[in-house]
Order: sequence, then structure tokens, then C-alpha cells
Amino acid sequence: METNLTINGTKQRLDLDPRTTLLDALRHHLGLTGSKKGCDHGQCGACTVMVNGRRINACLTLACMHDGDEVTTIEGIGAPGNLSPLQEAFVSEDGFQCGYCTPGQICSATAMLEEIAEGWPSHVTDDLSGKPALTTEEISERMSGNLCRCSAYPNIVEAIRKAAGENA
Amino acid sequence: MRPFDYTRAENTEAAARQAASGGTFIAGGTNLLDLMKLEVMTPEALIDINRLDLGEIEETEDGGLRIGALVTNSDLANDARLRKGWPVLSRALLAGASGQLRNKATTGGNLLQRTRCLYFYDRAMPCNKREPGTGCSAKEGFNRILAVLGTSEHCIATHPSDMAVAMRALGAEVETLKEGGGTRRLTLDELYLLPGERPDQETVLEPGELITAVVLPAPVTGKQTYRKVRDRASYAFALVSVAGIVEMEDGRITRADLAFGGLAPKPWRNAEVEDLLTGEAPSDDLFNKAADLLLAEAKGYGANDFKIPLARRTLVSVLNELTAEAQQ
Repeated sequence: METNLTINGTKQRLDLDPRTTLLDALRHHLGLTGSKKGCDHGQCGACTVMVNGRRINACLTLACMHDGDEVTTIEGIGAPGNLSPLQEAFVSEDGFQCGYCTPGQICSATAMLEEIAEGWPSHVTDDLSGKPALTTEEISERMSGNLCRCSAYPNIVEAIRKAAGENA
Repeated sequence: MRPFDYTRAENTEAAARQAASGGTFIAGGTNLLDLMKLEVMTPEALIDINRLDLGEIEETEDGGLRIGALVTNSDLANDARLRKGWPVLSRALLAGASGQLRNKATTGGNLLQRTRCLYFYDRAMPCNKREPGTGCSAKEGFNRILAVLGTSEHCIATHPSDMAVAMRALGAEVETLKEGGGTRRLTLDELYLLPGERPDQETVLEPGELITAVVLPAPVTGKQTYRKVRDRASYAFALVSVAGIVEMEDGRITRADLAFGGLAPKPWRNAEVEDLLTGEAPSDDLFNKAADLLLAEAKGYGANDFKIPLARRTLVSVLNELTAEAQQ
């Protein structure tokens, strides 16, 4: 069925089997292979993209459900020579090893920092009415939907903290 | 995934009509699509309700909140009114799933998510919930995540929601729309069925009946908390959880609204436990008596035996936390 998506600012008209997940539409139909298929069941976060500014698992939603929506993938966040602050920080802080989870980590962290800026509380936020701080505990909790089998977590947290500091 | 027809519902009446003739609603889809990929669920038609006007949180005349069925778990958890007046629900939502999933999962869908019993997901194994009459593999299998209360010989699955546990403690009601336009309101106790002879029948909802909203009564005074015990610190289902709202007056408990997750096929609440606590001065002895009552009928199946003492300790700990100031 016909599905219109705006991907990284570019309008795309796709004719898809309704079974096509947003992740498969990106990877197989548009050649945007930055978003990764890890578990394909919403458990690992490698497929994380932003839809209308919010991070979601692209593997657990159908492309046809997003007709008219704006999707941002890792390709829209930055490119060699024009990296986003988070991408720069992942490089400088060595926030990855094999790199497979990294696009999902960066998409997730990009949206997560917006969530903190908007004052969203998390499970580890003491005061539901206060402004959440960017502590290690907060970053770990908020990034728990992104697994890294190389276990680069300490440096991922450092990269996020560094990028957030530079933005502040 | 098996092929299916996909329809985008134009309005709630059309959605109910389309679902009544064999369609399955899809909202966030985070559980349904997972199950469809595994062919545990094989709907012939999906009715996409995401465009329906059910995404608002509004205040009710009596000071409560009406939460549209399509409000995402993130938006609900972050709602300033909820955080202030019904913090136990905000806390329960934030304890569930991941940031990505909460952005997609909806209020109605969260209520209707399916169990995470390993055998429900494993199509090679018997499961009375997935294929009625085939038997329950879990009773003698890997059952450490499964239920100790409300089970039957046919099924020991747990309901996995955190949100629903807090809603049960708050006395929330579900509003539905039936095919043909009839509406009704159900407490969460009324919504969910225990497995009994038919574990495949999980709610009283009729074919095509659409959850349109969840209504919270006006905020109550007292302390609220949601305590979730799980195998890792984040992004895991509850082994045991307790949603508690406790009010104290002159050193005595005047209100003890308690609901439990991870223990049963539905969010669990036991009025006798609450009656036992009400009017009494807090003490470990009292809290242990409450746990005795809560767990009097509890039955473990081997690997999940630990949940019975874990539920006791969690309840005692939560009650100590919620009555702490008065004890000092």
C-alpha cells in the first residue's frame, strides 16, 4: 500500500506490503542501512530511530502506520565531516567497539537528551516534580533500551555526558 | 509474518464495527507485532486505530483524570497532573519497558498486552492460552517468572503490566465502546478474567469492543509508591511489584490501597488485606499478618517458589516505607 514518509527531510513515496516494518522500509526499500536489525523484537534498540522527534524501535512498528510522519535516522543526524556532537563524543570517548549498536545508541541518546531537556522524569529520578540531572545513574536508566554486547557502556555514558555538556 | 488486511479506522464506531467482524485493533503495536512475527498471533485483519481522537488526558468533573486509550506511556508518565496527584501511576509507567517502547506503547494497549510466559511464545510447546486444550508446559517447566496466585491447573501465566497494577490500586475504570455504539465502564477487576478452564479468554471484552479511555478517580491523600523487584535494574518485567497508597492519622493506618504485579494472571488486589491493615498502628507484626493473608492461597510451581517469600518481604518493606513518618 502507498505510504508517504519524510525521511531525514526528504519526502519518500513507497508502495509496501502492509507487513513491512519501518525498519525494513528504511533498510530494504530506501537503502538506509544505518539503522540496524539486531533482535527484530524491540529488545536490543539497534533499530532506534526518531519519529516526529521521538525515539522508537523501528522494528516494532509497521511503515504503513506512519503515513505522513517524519523519520530521522542516523543518516540524518550527521555524516563524515559533519558529525553531530554526540557522534563526535562517541569517537573521542571511544563509545563503541564493534559499532553495530552505535547508530541506535546515538539516535536514542539524541532523543533522550531532548527528553531530559523537557524535564521528563525517569525511574531513578527522586523528585517527580523536579528537574532531572544528567547523572550516570540517569543516563544508564534512560539508555536501558539500547544493548551493547561489547559492553562499551562506561564510555557510552561518558560520550553522552560530554556531548550534553558541550550543548549546555 | 502472515499476510493480513490493513485498515486505518476513520472513527471509533467504524473501528468497533471492523473489529467485530474479525479484525484486531493495533495501536502502538509493540507487543502485537512481536507476537505476529513469531506467529503466536495471526490476525487476518489489522484495524489501525492510531488516527482516532483518543489521545488526550482531560480532567473530569469530580477532579479525576480521563486518559484517552491512545495516550502513550511516556506522555502519561510525564503528565504534570499525574505526577502530582497520582504519582504511583507515573512511577509504575517509568518502571516499565524502555524509553523507546514507552514512546509507542499506549494506555489501552498496555492493559491488553499478553503474558511473557516463555511457553506462550514457543509455538513448539503446548500452551492452553495459545492453543486451548494442548496443556500447560509451564507448570513443570521454566516458571520462575510465573504466577503464584489466581492460577489454575490449565495456566500459570502472569499479567506483565506495571501500569495496570498502579491503576488497580487507584481504583481506575476502563471505558469501552461496543459495536453498535453501546458503552460501559469496567473496573480492572471486572476487565480481567482468571484463567480457570479457559486461559485463552483473558478479558470480558466482546469482539469489536474498544477501550476508549481509563478514568482515574480524584487524587487521595496519603503516601504513594510503586516498588518493582526484578532480575536487573532496568528494562525487565517484575518478579514482584507492589503499588501502595497508604494514609495515616494519629499513628494509625486509615487507608491502605495495595495492588500487586508479577504474582497473578491479573493485577492483584485483596480487600481483606486492606481491611486487616486499616485502623491499626503500623508494626512488622501487623505487616507480616497482612502478608500471611495475601499469600494464604499462594502456590509455587518449583522455580517460582521464591516469589512467595519475596512478595512477603516486598510488601513489608513497602508498608514500612509508606508508614515511616508516623512511626518515628
